[in-house]
Amino acid sequence: MRTLLRGLAAAALALATAIPAASAQPGDVAVSGAWTRAVGATAPTAAGYMTLRNRGASPDRLVGAETPAARSVEIHEQRMEEGVMRMRPLPGGITLPPGEAVTLGPGGMHLMLVGPTRALARGERVPLTLRFERAGEIRVELSVEAAGARQPAHAGH
Amino acid sequence: MTVLRWVRRAAWSAVTVLGFLMLATSAGWLVTDGPLADREVASGPASLPIGGPFSLTDHRRRAVTEADFRGRPMAVFFGFTHCPDVCPTTLGDMTALIEALGPDADRLHWLFVSVDWERDTPEALAGYLEAFDPRIVGLSGTEAQVAQAARSFRVYYRRVPTEGGGYTMDHSASVFLLDAAGRFAGTLDSKESREVALEKVRMLASR
Repeated sequence: MRTLLRGLAAAALALATAIPAASAQPGDVAVSGAWTRAVGATAPTAAGYMTLRNRGASPDRLVGAETPAARSVEIHEQRMEEGVMRMRPLPGGITLPPGEAVTLGPGGMHLMLVGPTRALARGERVPLTLRFERAGEIRVELSVEAAGARQPAHAGH
Repeated sequence: MTVLRWVRRAAWSAVTVLGFLMLATSAGWLVTDGPLADREVASGPASLPIGGPFSLTDHRRRAVTEADFRGRPMAVFFGFTHCPDVCPTTLGDMTALIEALGPDADRLHWLFVSVDWERDTPEALAGYLEAFDPRIVGLSGTEAQVAQAARSFRVYYRRVPTEGGGYTMDHSASVFLLDAAGRFAGTLDSKESREVALEKVRMLASR
């Protein structure tokens, strides 16, 4: 009986150390509704929008992204102050508080695809790799919506 | 008895006067603010000094001034092509309005003025506008020409350096509406519904 208890305790300890609370597990960050908008071949930039949900117990951070469809990807925020639009890079990335969802969307935070390498046509899908401080790399696909669309075609109105 | 008759007369006169006043006030309301009033497009007084002289180059390399756009009302938006978010949103809204207006859209000029005089050459504008309705005309010019156009429309813009030697532009976000004579006729706001915006441009087109 004592051996059994000791065995159980050891197993519990092993389990507990195998899942340290402070480190993110694969799947701790869920990405949904990733989309972009159609641009011409010579467009200097394009945008990336999505919802990032941190299902883990610790804060995480989106620190970067890359796609074969653009020279580089920057993380930006857009603010409207007294009728003036101001766009600024977020060099520190985007913080994802535990248990919360953060949405990147038109008029707010977004990824800026700098120097698209080709035209993005409505209906196609663009691969994108997101880099998180804890959750590591997550690969997603951006669905290409109409130029200047305010939301993805399948979103509720 | 005569006293009573006088009282009755006075009372009826009062009723008549009051009735007339009520009729006059409600009729006045009807034709000024009520349903019979002239429908106004402007959200600000037409005397606001927004819109004025400019001299720019369009995305087909044609030199134009405000005089080239007289005779039709216009919708004007200031932005820049290295703008992945707000400018495509506004140009997408404009494209949707143009499509919703149908043939009436041709009664307006649709202008996109770039405040990024350095990067937004006619070719850059043409490439950027490919994704939107072909009726939207892109305009830019020299630093001085852009400054003059912005002054004419009371538009704020500023070049902001970013890390790595690049820059971005801050800019006023409204779409300005001008009537066929070049007088200010209101704005479109990015936060108002498409129905409101459509009603505004529809009224502008019918003027």
